[in-house]
Amino acid sequence: MPEIGQSVLQVQDLKTVFSTRAGDIHAVNSVSFSLQPGELLGVVGESGSGKSVTMMSLIGLLPMPPAEVRAGTVQFGGRDLLKLEQKQLQALRGRDIGFVFQDPMTSLNPVFTVGFQIMEPLRKHMGMDKSAARRRAVDLLELVGIPDAERRLRDFPHQFSGGMRQRVMIAIALACDPKVLIADEPTTALDVTIQAQILELVKDLRQKLGMSIIWITHDLGVIAGIADRVMVMYGGQVVEYGPVREVFANPAHPYTRALMTTVPSVRGERAPKLNVIEGQPPMLSQHPTACPFRARCTHAFERCARENPARYTVLEGHDAACFWDHTTGEPRNV
Amino acid sequence: MLSYTLRRLAFAVPTVLIISLIVFLMLDMAPGDPTGSLPLTIPLEVREQIRISLGLGEPVMIRYFKWLYMMCVTEPLHIVQGMTGWNIAPEGPRILSWQTRSPVGDIIVQRVPQTLWVVGMGYLFGILIALPIGVISAYRQYSWFDQVGTFVSMIGFSVPTFFTGVVFILIFAVWLGWFPSMYDTTHVVRDWNSFVFQAKQIAMPVAVLALYNASQISRFMRASMLDNLNQDYVRTARAKGLGEKTVVLVHVLRNSMIPVVTVIAIGIPTVFTGAIITEQIFRVNGLGDALIRAIYVSDWPMVQTITFIFAILIVLFNLIADVLYGILDPRIRYD
Ligand SMILES: Nc1ncnc2c1ncn2[C@@H]1O[C@H](COP(=O)(O)OP(=O)(O)O)[C@@H](O)[C@H]1O
Ligand code: SF4
Ligand SMILES: [Mg+2]
Repeated sequence: MPEIGQSVLQVQDLKTVFSTRAGDIHAVNSVSFSLQPGELLGVVGESGSGKSVTMMSLIGLLPMPPAEVRAGTVQFGGRDLLKLEQKQLQALRGRDIGFVFQDPMTSLNPVFTVGFQIMEPLRKHMGMDKSAARRRAVDLLELVGIPDAERRLRDFPHQFSGGMRQRVMIAIALACDPKVLIADEPTTALDVTIQAQILELVKDLRQKLGMSIIWITHDLGVIAGIADRVMVMYGGQVVEYGPVREVFANPAHPYTRALMTTVPSVRGERAPKLNVIEGQPPMLSQHPTACPFRARCTHAFERCARENPARYTVLEGHDAACFWDHTTGEPRNV
Repeated sequence: MLSYTLRRLAFAVPTVLIISLIVFLMLDMAPGDPTGSLPLTIPLEVREQIRISLGLGEPVMIRYFKWLYMMCVTEPLHIVQGMTGWNIAPEGPRILSWQTRSPVGDIIVQRVPQTLWVVGMGYLFGILIALPIGVISAYRQYSWFDQVGTFVSMIGFSVPTFFTGVVFILIFAVWLGWFPSMYDTTHVVRDWNSFVFQAKQIAMPVAVLALYNASQISRFMRASMLDNLNQDYVRTARAKGLGEKTVVLVHVLRNSMIPVVTVIAIGIPTVFTGAIITEQIFRVNGLGDALIRAIYVSDWPMVQTITFIFAILIVLFNLIADVLYGILDPRIRYD
């Protein structure tokens, strides 16, 4: 576990459950991680692994009901966010923690101008008057690389392309200089060249503004390019966590190792066919009592069906949740 | 936008003309004419003379164009002259009611205020009740408020107004005696007491219509709100830290109003057509009542005129609804 004292955000044992008509869905199970100042944490995992639900649980963005955060603490700025009142959370969202969502086509309100939507958090959180907010909005649009900012404030979202809209979303999220920016698959809906531009923009903004970033993606290649640390999620749990270099050089969890083989090699020859991991993601109808990955794991043995593996330290700052030892290829002796 | 509106208006004109032709021809071919109700002792030649004096001797197309001219020029100008005192009305024949022998324009001018007051207020109150109910029902979906709202509005629009009207009369006028069962159109508001009487006599017809309209519009409002509450932009608004009030009443409501405003605009002509029955029940002598009476006595000029007015209103408010849609939704581009 990383040092507690200086982290911006410290999540411990977070557990989120949806109560649906078809039964409970244990979407997030005992998730712990921390975020250091200025750090970019990449969160990766296939669709449905609980990445979005984890991040939305932190700041109460899930619809409750059906969602319920059953356990955990989220330390931020000396407070536990899970204990805050609705009003206190509202004061914090968009000011201290900015959020960018996956689909830029639907994430902006179609009937208000982009300017109005950028100015909203400025007026609410920073108490700016209209003209101050407008000036700041122009700066923000310029910051995220939208030309002719002054004029474009009066445009509606549909007058922007997908990539430009995502830039607007980033401008909104950064409007009040947040300490943390959470970007939930911000480039998934965009085509490859635009995706690269947005990644460049974020790298650049990070240099300029120095906030911490949580970047959710299902693309390990993206993580390799921008993240300092990576958190791999599977079945609502953290299965591997560590510095990007270390995890890429030395992946310990069979799921991470399988993910690596699905990443097309950047240099040299293209793999003739993209590797995909065989099998179905797990059902999350109860609290896990066995390893969620066992049905798809090539190393599974009988203990994996009896117990849910805890995270063990692979190397200082690098941990994985598995009973198998990747160095020996044998079950770990614990 | 402006050019779109003008273009739509240009299309509306032929539509209205075709409707006018159909209305005119259908009633012209209908059995029964003004001499039908005269005593049988009147000889045939005299009947024929009466027919000719009423302009019925000419070929049908000539009569149509004469009627159309009077309908679109003479009568409106007479009405304007009557209201403003300007001397603009042309000389020449007017469309005469066969029943009363007075020009239809004059009769309509007398009848419209009653309809507007009673039925228009029913619509207005209906909207004012429906909007908040729809918003709250959607925001608190499946709460007891929503359940009760769903139940009441289901009754509200599945039970026809002539039934609720009679039930209201029975309960509030006959049994409880709170309100008069008949609407007295000659009543004038002069002081507080006469105002109270007016409020009392208008209460029941307005309530019946408001209930009916509110049932429909609140369902629309609720459905539209529900559509929007699940949209991604709502999550964005919350993620920006906006309060629930702003999220719902600014972001969601503004989007939800687009289809609702359209439905309300399209529904305005039904204020007039739907009123026919309610006016009968409460004896409000408005436009609908005039139409029914004219039909009873085969007073075709009157029927033609009122039907044509209804047709124009429907075409006009459809146009208004389209234009409103374009104003409210910035994504719509007509040009
Ligand atoms: N509103 C909801 N109601 C019920 N289940 C949900 C809801 N939102 C997410 N889930 C469940 O939570 C799990 C994790 O979802 P999510 O965090 O969105 O995955 P990811 O972002 O990693 O693709 C999924 O199994 C999904 O079915
Ligand atoms: S715990 Fe067992 S099943 Fe789970 S990933 Fe490790 S080896 Fe595979
Ligand atoms: Mg997601």
